[in-house]
Amino acid sequence: MTHQFPALSPEQKKALADIAQRIVASGKGILAADESVGTMGNRLQRINVENTEENRRAFREILFTSDTSINQSIGGVILFHETLYQKDSTGKPFTALIKEKGIVVGIKASICTAPLAGTNGETTIQGLDGLAERCAQYKKDGVDFGKWRAVLKISSTTPSQLAIQENANALARYASICQQNGLVPIVEPEVLPDGDHDLQRCQYVSEKVLAAVYKALNDHHVYLEGTLLKPNMVMAGHSCSKKYTPQDVAIATVTTLLRTVPAAVPGICFLSGGQSEEEASLNLNAMNQIPMAKPWKLTFSYGRALQASALAAWLGKSENKKAAQEAFRKRAQINSLACRGQYVQSGKTDAAATQSLFTASYTY
Amino acid sequence: MTHQHPALTAEQKKELSDIALRIVAPGKGILAADESVGHMAKRLNQIGVENTEENRRLYRQILFSADSRVKKCIGGVIFFHETMYQKADDGTPFVQMIKDKGIVVGIKVDKGVVPLAGTDGETTTQGLDGLWERCAQYKKDGADFAKWRCVLKISEHTPSSLAIMENANVLARYASICQQNCIVPIVEPEILPDGDHDLKRCQYVTEKVLAAVYKALSDHHVYLEGTLLKPNMVTPGHSCPTKYSPEEIAMATVTALRRTVPPAVPGVTFLSGGQSEEEASINLNAINTCPLVRPWALTFSYGRALQASALSAWRGQRDNADAATEEFVKRAEVNGLAALGKYEGSGDDSGAAGQSLYVANHAY
Repeated sequence: MTHQFPALSPEQKKALADIAQRIVASGKGILAADESVGTMGNRLQRINVENTEENRRAFREILFTSDTSINQSIGGVILFHETLYQKDSTGKPFTALIKEKGIVVGIKASICTAPLAGTNGETTIQGLDGLAERCAQYKKDGVDFGKWRAVLKISSTTPSQLAIQENANALARYASICQQNGLVPIVEPEVLPDGDHDLQRCQYVSEKVLAAVYKALNDHHVYLEGTLLKPNMVMAGHSCSKKYTPQDVAIATVTTLLRTVPAAVPGICFLSGGQSEEEASLNLNAMNQIPMAKPWKLTFSYGRALQASALAAWLGKSENKKAAQEAFRKRAQINSLACRGQYVQSGKTDAAATQSLFTASYTY
Repeated sequence: MTHQHPALTAEQKKELSDIALRIVAPGKGILAADESVGHMAKRLNQIGVENTEENRRLYRQILFSADSRVKKCIGGVIFFHETMYQKADDGTPFVQMIKDKGIVVGIKVDKGVVPLAGTDGETTTQGLDGLWERCAQYKKDGADFAKWRCVLKISEHTPSSLAIMENANVLARYASICQQNCIVPIVEPEILPDGDHDLKRCQYVTEKVLAAVYKALSDHHVYLEGTLLKPNMVTPGHSCPTKYSPEEIAMATVTALRRTVPPAVPGVTFLSGGQSEEEASINLNAINTCPLVRPWALTFSYGRALQASALSAWRGQRDNADAATEEFVKRAEVNGLAALGKYEGSGDDSGAAGQSLYVANHAY
C-alpha cells in the first residue's frame, strides 16, 4: 500500500471537483427525478394516473420545462435510464432542456437490491457489472454525475457487520468507477426510517455506517473532493412513539456528520425518506440554522419531497401543467431558502405539502 | 453492533470536551516536556550536562517558571512520569505550578515501541496493561490529558497493512481507556521523516494511516469531541533532494487532514519531528493561512522545537536560568502567533533557532 498509483490525473480531479461544486453551489440542491418504472407506478397510482411510458414522460416534461429561473434552486437533476433518452413534445431531448438551464444532469447508476444470504433480510446492491462502459456512455450522452443507493435497515439484529461492510464496499467500487469516467459519484447509504427505534439509535447506527463508508472510500482511493454524500437525516423510526423537533433532528444529524464525514467532501444532499414536503424543508432549514460549524454544504436531494404537490396539481391532465410547475417551483424555492437557513414557514400549508410520503420498506 | 451501550455519560462527555477545548483555545498549543530519561540524556548530552534526576528537575523548572506571558500561548504541558512528582526549589509541585497558570496538565502514558515480528523492522507501542488504573491515579494527581505515541516509517515496503492496523488499534484502545477515566487522549500516529521519499508520498501514506486511525476510533466507540490528534506535518523525507516551500507543506498537510480527520475533532496539535524551531513555526503559520476550510484548531505540540534555544542558553548553569526561560517564552509566543496565522518570521536563521534538529530514526 505504501506507493501511490494515482487513480486520477490533476485535470480529472479538477473536472470532478468543479462538477460537484456546481451541483451544491450556494442555495442549490438536487431534484431526484430518477424513480424507476415500478416506483413511478406507485406515485402515479396515488393520483389515479396510469403508469405508461407516455405518462412518465409527460410528468417529467412538466418538471424540465419549468422556467429557467429554477436554476437558482436546482443545481442537479437525477434521471432514470429511460428518462435520459426521452424528449419533450417538440422533440427536444430532456438532457438538452436541463443543461441549457445550467443544471447538471445525473443518472441513477445502481440496478436493484440483491439479498445477502445468511442475514436477517438484508441486501446489497447490484450494478457493478459493465458499470465502466455504462458510465462512459452516460458521460457521452450528457451526464456528469451518478447516484447509487445502498439500503440498510434498523431492527433488533440489523444492520449487521456484513451488511455495513458489503454496502460500503459496493458504494466505494461504484464511486471509483464513476470517477474513472468523469462522473461525480453521489454516495447514498440510506438507513431506512422503518421501525420504532428512537432518535439516538438512528444516530448511533448512522455514525457506524458512515464511518464504514468513508473508510471504504479511502481504501478504494476515491477522490473525496469529487464526490457528494446523500445520507438519511437522523430521525426516529416511523413508528417511534416519541416525537422530536426539527432542532432535535438537526443536532443529531449534524453531530453524526461531524463525527464521520471528512471536510474534503464538498456537499451533503439529504434524502427525504418519506418525510412530507414541509417536514423535509423544515428539517433542512434547522440544520442550516443551528450554530455548529459545518465545513460542507448541507442541501437537498429530494424526490417525493419536491414533487408531491406538483403531482397532486397535475392529476395527469395537460391543462394543469402551469399549476403543477408552480407547485414544483414553490417547493424548490423553499428548499433553496432552507439550504441557507432562511426558510420562514408561513401559516398556510396545503394538504399535499404536509402529507406523509412514507412507504414501508421503501425500495426503488 | 446495532445497539448502543453508551461508553460515557453526558457529564463525562462534557468534561472531556471542555478539557480538549481549553488545551487548543485560539492561540494556544502544547509544550511537550515528556522526554523519557533516556531521551533527556541525548538532549543534555548536546549541551554537555550530566543526565541526573536533579539536572532534569532543574531543567524542567526553567520551563515551568515562565511568567504569565505563557498563559495566552500554552494550553497544555505534557509530563513524563518522573516529572509529575517533582517540585520546584521552593517545594511547589510542578503540577501545581502549571495548573496555577491555568494550563492543563498532561501525561505520557505509553511504554515505548516493541517490534512487530514478521515485518521489515516495524513496531507497535506497549503500555495497555494496567492502563486503566494508571489513568485513574494520574487523574487524581492532576492530569487531565494523556499522550501515546505510535511510530510508522516510510520505506520501499513500509508501512505495511499490519503496522497500520495494529498501531491504529492500540491507539484506539488507549483512547477508550483514557476517556473512561475522564482523561482526554492525544492520539499520536507519527510517520517518521526518515527517508528520501517526496512530499506526495508522505501525503499518501499519511492519508492511509489517518483513515485507519479514525476507523479504529469509531469501532472502539471513542468520543471524538473529547480527543486531540498529534500527527506529523506532511513533509518530504529528510534526505529527499527536492525542496518544498512552507506553503506546499501546508497545502499537503491540510489536504490530508481534510480527507481523513472528522470535523468533530476539536484540535490537531502537530509534532515538530526534527524540524528546527523556526521551520516548525513557519510551517505552522503557513498551515494556518492555507486557503482551505479548516474545521479544527491547528496548533503545536512541540518538544524540541520549543526547547532548543532554552537548552542552549542554560547549558546547565543556574546563572543562565532566567535567560533560558526567556528563550522558551519567546518561542512559545512565536508559536502562539503561528497558531493564529499571524507570525511573520524572524528573518534570523542563525544560531539555535535555525539549526536542524533532525535525529535519525527518532525514538523516545
